[in-house]
Amino acid sequence: MNAGAQAQQRMVVAPKARWVEPRQSQYLTFMLSAEMFAIGILRIKEIIEYDTLTVVPMMPECIRGVINVRGSVVPVIDLSARFGRSLAPVSKRTCIVIVEVGAASERQDVGIIVDAVNQVLDIPATDIEPAPPFGAKIRTDFIEGMAKIGGRFVVILDINHVLSIEQTEAIAAVEPGAPAAPASSADRMA
Amino acid sequence: MDIERALQTFIVESRELLAAMDDALLGIEHTQDLAESVNAIFRAAHTIKGSASLFSLDYIVAFTHVLESVLDAAREGSVKISGELVPLLLSCGDHIGALIDAVEAGQLEADEAMLQLGAPLLERLRAYLHATPLPVTLPATVRSVDSLAVDNDCWHISLRFGRDVLKNRMDPLSFIRHLGKLGTITGIVTLPDAIPPAEEMDPESCYLGFEIAFNSEIDKAAIENAFEFVRDDCALQILPPKSRISEYIRLIEELPEEPAQLGEILVKCGTLTAQELDAGLEQQSRVASGNLIGAILLEQGAVPPAVLEAALAKQHQVRALSVQDARSLRVDADKLDRLINLVGELIIAAASVDLIARRTRNVELQERNSTLSDLVEQVRDNALQLRMVKIGATFSRLKRVVYDVARELGKDIELQISGEDTELDKTVVEKIGDPLMHLVRNAIDHGIGAHDVRAGRGKPARGTVALNAYHDSGSIVIQVSDDGAGLNRDKILAKAVERGLVEPGRNLSDAEICDLVFEPGFSTAEQVTNLSGRGVGMDVVKRNITALRGSVGIASQAGQGTTVTVRLPLTLAIINGFQVGVGNTVFVVPMDMIEECIALSLEDGQEFTNLRGQVLPLIRLHALFDVEGGVGSRQGIVVIKHAGRRTGLVVDALLGEFQTVIKPLSKIFSSVKCISGSTILGSGEVALILDAPALVRQAVMRDTERSGPAARGSDLAGLVPVAA
Repeated sequence: MNAGAQAQQRMVVAPKARWVEPRQSQYLTFMLSAEMFAIGILRIKEIIEYDTLTVVPMMPECIRGVINVRGSVVPVIDLSARFGRSLAPVSKRTCIVIVEVGAASERQDVGIIVDAVNQVLDIPATDIEPAPPFGAKIRTDFIEGMAKIGGRFVVILDINHVLSIEQTEAIAAVEPGAPAAPASSADRMA
Repeated sequence: MDIERALQTFIVESRELLAAMDDALLGIEHTQDLAESVNAIFRAAHTIKGSASLFSLDYIVAFTHVLESVLDAAREGSVKISGELVPLLLSCGDHIGALIDAVEAGQLEADEAMLQLGAPLLERLRAYLHATPLPVTLPATVRSVDSLAVDNDCWHISLRFGRDVLKNRMDPLSFIRHLGKLGTITGIVTLPDAIPPAEEMDPESCYLGFEIAFNSEIDKAAIENAFEFVRDDCALQILPPKSRISEYIRLIEELPEEPAQLGEILVKCGTLTAQELDAGLEQQSRVASGNLIGAILLEQGAVPPAVLEAALAKQHQVRALSVQDARSLRVDADKLDRLINLVGELIIAAASVDLIARRTRNVELQERNSTLSDLVEQVRDNALQLRMVKIGATFSRLKRVVYDVARELGKDIELQISGEDTELDKTVVEKIGDPLMHLVRNAIDHGIGAHDVRAGRGKPARGTVALNAYHDSGSIVIQVSDDGAGLNRDKILAKAVERGLVEPGRNLSDAEICDLVFEPGFSTAEQVTNLSGRGVGMDVVKRNITALRGSVGIASQAGQGTTVTVRLPLTLAIINGFQVGVGNTVFVVPMDMIEECIALSLEDGQEFTNLRGQVLPLIRLHALFDVEGGVGSRQGIVVIKHAGRRTGLVVDALLGEFQTVIKPLSKIFSSVKCISGSTILGSGEVALILDAPALVRQAVMRDTERSGPAARGSDLAGLVPVAA
């Protein structure tokens, strides 16, 4: 597949929106092993179709590899594996969401693999509950809040924390081949 | 002009000048061309003084002035730069450096502490000056000659009658009388100088000239009219009242008589006061607006030769500087980085065009494209050259370290430098200075013994520390060696056992023992000097060099000396790479590591092959990286050479050479040791660049673990880059 076709498939998500509205209320919802999650839209740079990844050898499973996003090399992380589950199977609807993480001084683009992207939703602050102290299926410190969407609770991910460089570095430093991020499964509340 | 930026330039330039001054001072005892060295030192001080005065940094000017005077005396030869004066001048350089640091920190006024620091230096400098008759004048407020007007209401008329005036029936005196009617002649001097000896004199010729001070309301044209009838037969020069002194000087210069005499005549006829004349002549000589006046002034003895020499030297210097300015250009490092990034993008784009051109099978397109690729390659090489700097400057800075440390320890050390033209990336140069300084200090402090010890071993009293640099298969190698006692094997081993680094009774190879000095906190020095011996040196050196993806090794022969070898990658942003396929993945091996590529043939069941009679150990990338995809049917071996050792990388496909831009990998991958970066292929896919030395290291380490501690020594010995 050539670069031109690749560029066409990219759907840039309102890059200007981040300057217009400082208080975020728009969220992208996506699916991860049949469960819905949401991420604040301000951190999202673009969504691209899943394409060939370059695998980096001797890395834990959850770091799937690197891709070329308009000239810069971006690591791609399997969110499912990051949460201590199995690797996300690649299907027709699999996407890579490019998000910007890190503090101002050390911003970095990271791609996350999701099973499918749903839609961008306006969620009023009144519909967002704080994270429960336990009971969620993922580590509570990964949760920014619980949004009520259509009568269901959807986890809004604190993506900066999930993908924080220190955290991922720590994962990478784990002996290659070891189960990814054992901490996340250990911390998971039953 | 933006004063802030000008000030920055001043700071940067001053530091460079101080470095040049240091350099010249340190080399002064061995220099071939003493005069040039002294001149270089003088120029540095002189230029700093001049620039400082532009910014009204009077305290810097005041200090530098005294320094300059001493150096000026040195240029004349009345003071010799040697012995105690060298360290004094070095300290003065340091003091100016400190003053300039203060300026950079925003302190534009003298502060008491600074002045106190400078005072003893000035005191000592002045001692040299008192020994010489050269007057030390404090810098006068610099007034340009042109601003100095003569306080006089008179016109000055300079009149030289032609020889034929009398023959043409003109009476010279009638003109002067006529002039007298137009105003008041306040002074007149007759110049009889042109009158030849009596026997040669023609009574019908006029030989006279007059200098006239004339007070009148009439204008210049009217004065000229008075001489209308002899205009063609006389030389007439008229200066209006309150002319600038420089104009009088020019007048003196243009007239045929001796300038000294003329000057006096001007004084005599009241046009100039003696003081004005002196001031004029002196200032004229200072700015040296022309060589001619300089020569004239010198001839008449109006100016001491030293002042004149300074003026002329200044002229030369100004010219030399402007030539240099034209040849080099200061560029923001950021701009350069941006350019190199862009060139990187260009190369990736060119690679993808190349890919498509080949696919279309259009011959014309392919031809044009290959021209384009050639150009891109040249652009790349040139862009990278911009960021390459010679290591010589780093080495030169170490001269000062050697000088200071040797003085402090009372050792006589000679620093030998070779390979200073070896180039490497600026980013590497910036980071290698400190580790090298550590190494040089160590060499002097630990390596080279005291005079008597050396003499006892039959070595020359003067110790030698040598710095060398050269390129070796894609790396730069820097060696710091000394001709000292060498590492004390037993002492190191004993210390290592004492510190629990080595089990007692273990047999270690020499190389392994040498390597122990890189352990944190390791020191065998019996006494701690304030330079080294605290054991915080070598491990920091090693850490810094490893951080640059380099390696450091030490080799020592007891009694002969020690050589520390630092090997660094050139860390270029762009490299020539060779693509290899491993399973479904493409990897890139830096071209300069590769010796050759051969087809895979194995010695039965062994992990090595026979390369023209030599054993070539192999690393199977497919197995090592556990990649997806089947093993290719035509496996090849890429033979790489690092630090004198050959290793074969078994790959599934050899895909050919291409230029590539190193893209840094995310910090997430910092733990992956065998990958040094990534690059983007023409197809838009990402390929990983193999870190060949790390691969070899890892393979050796794995084997070492497998074969147990017995084999450890010999394996490790090979890992340490031993000096040639």
